[in-house]
Amino acid sequence: MTFVETNLVAGFTVGEFLLVAAALFVSLAVMMLYRAIKGPTNQDRVLAVNVLGTNTVVILALLGAALGEPWFLDVALVYALLNFLMAVAISKFTVERGGVI
Amino acid sequence: MIEAIRLALIVFFVVVGLFFTFVSATGVIRLPDVFSRAHTASQADTLGAGFALAAVALTIGWETASIKTVLLLFFIFVTNPTAAHAIARAAYEEGIEPWTQGDERR
Repeated sequence: MTFVETNLVAGFTVGEFLLVAAALFVSLAVMMLYRAIKGPTNQDRVLAVNVLGTNTVVILALLGAALGEPWFLDVALVYALLNFLMAVAISKFTVERGGVI
Repeated sequence: MIEAIRLALIVFFVVVGLFFTFVSATGVIRLPDVFSRAHTASQADTLGAGFALAAVALTIGWETASIKTVLLLFFIFVTNPTAAHAIARAAYEEGIEPWTQGDERR
């Protein structure tokens, strides 16, 4: 029996707890789409997609722990890197002088 | 005993991470302009992600994967506020006026 299958409360395992937490993180990430669609400026949209990407990294890590698939963490690392690159690149190339950092 | 402490810490970290992510999501939806939204997106969301990733590292235990999780945690702690800073500065240089009290929400 692995640690993920340990009984937490009354037949509810740690893995199931992490899966429920991942589902709640998904619903919080979907809330960001409101700002990404409505946002009056382009920067609002980039910010909403950045927060959504951070939530996606957390969801990937939670799923990797809950399902016992450690390679999900490699995907999460690459996704975090691309997310940061996306935010910095878009904010750098939408400004004329380009000195945003 | 040590197993019970580990389980309690996992539950605590996941719940606190969910709470701070909820605060960040509420802020990004409800706050009035792009600068205040960048503020909540950089702070509350970084803390929420940090707590949730700490819970993942505790769940995995002593393996290579938990080292990757801790590296991911530090990476998010460094890059998330940097990205929010770059976005807020790009918004300022594009000439977006900060919201002041009495203005309408944007």
